[in-house]
Amino acid sequence: MRTISISVAIILLAGTSWSAAQPISKADAARADAAILKAFPAAPADWHSRFVQDETMKQCSIYENSPPKAIADAIQKREKAKIEYPADGKFIGDWKKGEKIAQSGYGFRFSDYPPKKAMGGNCYACHQLTKAEVSYGTVGPSLLNYGKIRKFGAAETKAVYEKIYDAQASYPCSNMPRLGTHKVLTIDQIKDLVALVMSPDSPVNK
Amino acid sequence: MLDSFEEANKQENNNVKDNRRKSAVNKGLIVLATCCAMVAATPIVRAQDATEKGIEKYRQMLREDPWSNPGLLDADRGEALWKTPAGPNKVSFEKCDLGKGPGVVDGAFAELPRYFADAGRVMDIETRLMWCMEKLQGFKHSELVKKPYPGRGQSVKTIGAVATYVASKSSGMKFAAKLDKPQEKAVVALGKAVFFRRQSTHDFACATCHADEGKRIRRQGLPYLADPKEARQVVGQWPAYRVSTTQVMTMQHRLYDCYWQMRMPKLEMGSDVSVALIAYLVKNAEGGEIAAPGLKR
Repeated sequence: MRTISISVAIILLAGTSWSAAQPISKADAARADAAILKAFPAAPADWHSRFVQDETMKQCSIYENSPPKAIADAIQKREKAKIEYPADGKFIGDWKKGEKIAQSGYGFRFSDYPPKKAMGGNCYACHQLTKAEVSYGTVGPSLLNYGKIRKFGAAETKAVYEKIYDAQASYPCSNMPRLGTHKVLTIDQIKDLVALVMSPDSPVNK
Repeated sequence: MLDSFEEANKQENNNVKDNRRKSAVNKGLIVLATCCAMVAATPIVRAQDATEKGIEKYRQMLREDPWSNPGLLDADRGEALWKTPAGPNKVSFEKCDLGKGPGVVDGAFAELPRYFADAGRVMDIETRLMWCMEKLQGFKHSELVKKPYPGRGQSVKTIGAVATYVASKSSGMKFAAKLDKPQEKAVVALGKAVFFRRQSTHDFACATCHADEGKRIRRQGLPYLADPKEARQVVGQWPAYRVSTTQVMTMQHRLYDCYWQMRMPKLEMGSDVSVALIAYLVKNAEGGEIAAPGLKR
């Protein structure tokens, strides 16, 4: 009896999650596209690209960031192909610069034009990184001791670079911006962030 | 977050630098914003904790004396504006139909957004008031949407003040917008699609920050707006008096600010996107109590 009720519960749960994962209809997504195009009439002409979704954005939107496996796999493959690697093959920059980039949320808002300083990564908005900075967000996981826990390994260091460059290459429909793919940050800035996370002397690992 | 907010408002802010006349709580916030701008980790947190405590004390005072919410001054101003002839046609809002008949204010906000046959579209309170200013008072649409929100520290403009007044006249009631007409259902569905729509340089959607529980940006808690339980708690607090900007902020203004943070251009007041998002939020908040004007950080 117990087994039966458990399996019923599982079926019910499965049913719930299935209906929750029902995609937003194509028609509604198309109406949203059209509404977005009309909702920002004051936008500068060269901002038009901000309204248009790429294939990955489209898929993540209609599946509410929980795409079925086949689509998730396609996203991952597509995004992985977008990653550009440092010409010198080195992934670690300067963690001190990285800390500044992680603190700054500057860039790309309509109040940031024309740009007056370097773009920020705004990592602390979502991640815990160092013990010293207690004003951190929790939308992303804590990265405290990230490098130390992974023994500062070479493969993990490369993975951190790839994660920052295009978060969806490893986690389709991740909430994290694709900071390299969208050219929000430069390759050198990403290397500085990798240093912040993966250098033994970075406060992240102290 | 705060330093960026400060940055953004600098341009609109030149004439409101002097906030010294404001309360001690507000002074604390100005100090806090300055600290953030200097990117000094520990002082930010101390100031922020002190600020949170200050605001909590403020909220407590409000619970003891609801009439001490500064937003009510704007509600009063809104009431006067409602009754005062204005615009090229020199008429008041008193013939404006918010859905319960011309001039009926009590309980009208609790049933918005709704479909208005005369306008042929679904409207929230601000969009409807703008429509009345256009059609009854004779204002030009292009002028009304040009700069609809106040700069930091300035009082909410006419539509915002009247919206605050109208919302306050539903305070204590529950959200009861039916949203069952085909046009209304379509708008709620559009709102959901917009809520989850990712776009622009950072791939952000509303859902990036508001589709999970217990999360925060820096130290600012994020409401889980896709969830009826949380939506019922927070949606009814708008329009709200914001302590950090010493002004009432309306829901349309709040959404404009979200799109700023989402690296999108200026969201037009009364656009289909903003109306649809409000309809989606109100649908999620169905049955929740209206407590407007609320009080926010």
